[in-house]
Amino acid sequence: MNCISIDDEKLARTIIKTLCDETDGLQLIGEFPNAMQAIKFLNEHDVDLIFLDIHMPDFTGFDFVKTLKNPPSIVLTTSDPKFAIEAFQYECIVDYLLKPIKANRFKMAVEKAKKQQLIANKVAENKAESKLENDFYINIDRRLIKIDIPSIYLVEAKGDYIHIKTEDKNYTVHSTLKKIEEKLPESLFLKIHRSYIINLKKIIDIEDNSVLIKKDVIPVSRSKRPELMKRLDLL
Amino acid sequence: MEQPNLNYVEQLARGDEAIKKTLLDVIKTEFPEEKQDYYDSLAKKDYKKIEENVHRIKHKISILGLEQSYELANTYEHNLREKKMDGVDDFEQILTVITAYINTI
Repeated sequence: MNCISIDDEKLARTIIKTLCDETDGLQLIGEFPNAMQAIKFLNEHDVDLIFLDIHMPDFTGFDFVKTLKNPPSIVLTTSDPKFAIEAFQYECIVDYLLKPIKANRFKMAVEKAKKQQLIANKVAENKAESKLENDFYINIDRRLIKIDIPSIYLVEAKGDYIHIKTEDKNYTVHSTLKKIEEKLPESLFLKIHRSYIINLKKIIDIEDNSVLIKKDVIPVSRSKRPELMKRLDLL
Repeated sequence: MEQPNLNYVEQLARGDEAIKKTLLDVIKTEFPEEKQDYYDSLAKKDYKKIEENVHRIKHKISILGLEQSYELANTYEHNLREKKMDGVDDFEQILTVITAYINTI
């Protein structure tokens, strides 16, 4: 997990750095004396956790939190206990550390942030898996036809069209591989060539640079082969 | 008057002299600057700025283990919010104590 600290006081930032260095699995990747510099950094980097001082001149910690569209986990650091109730209004704020920060209390806050991140990852995973239960519709001759996603074993790009091959039937649709790729769960499907997406569960065998899937022999790009091999459950 | 100590700094450094030195160097550099900022704001009678300066210095007061002084600084900070200077003498005495102490560490 990576983190940054925002505090106008250098001593406070130095203490956070010391505590981060002593915490396994936590890397401090930036220290900022004001919110504006931190916002600039956040626009260019993915950050998991922010240690944020509330009491800063011009732009308070809460002002900063309000500017974030997708806030990471935030641990407030302050000398003032009076903001604790306000902090509860923000889902992203996982803890509230009173200065001077004690090492054991710091570790607890990091653990809370880690737990929150695990939950967030699990929710995202479940969301991705729930795609499996979903269907999508294709438009063929003004008819909307429901496609059962797990039944798809191959999608092939051919010019302005894609061929969708399912257990029961094949369909030709005016669309792109990129569009259908967005609808397919990453856990089940893989683009193995610029013209093919396959359902990994339907592979029969793999030989050299080709995959046998149902009765189709599909080429595997050299660049996609390592990813394909990684995704297989090899004995 | 209570005297500063390095208990917190030593706990944080856990025997690592390099960490202790880093922390002390920051205190020794930053505190005089903050003290100067405080007196500059005081000269301008800028209550909001004085309050901000006191707030920042409060952290160093607590880092140096001055619990009673921290409470006095807290009261002064609250008074400043209401544009009252009650507590200024206590606060400035704390600044004097810290200034003398950091010259010895």
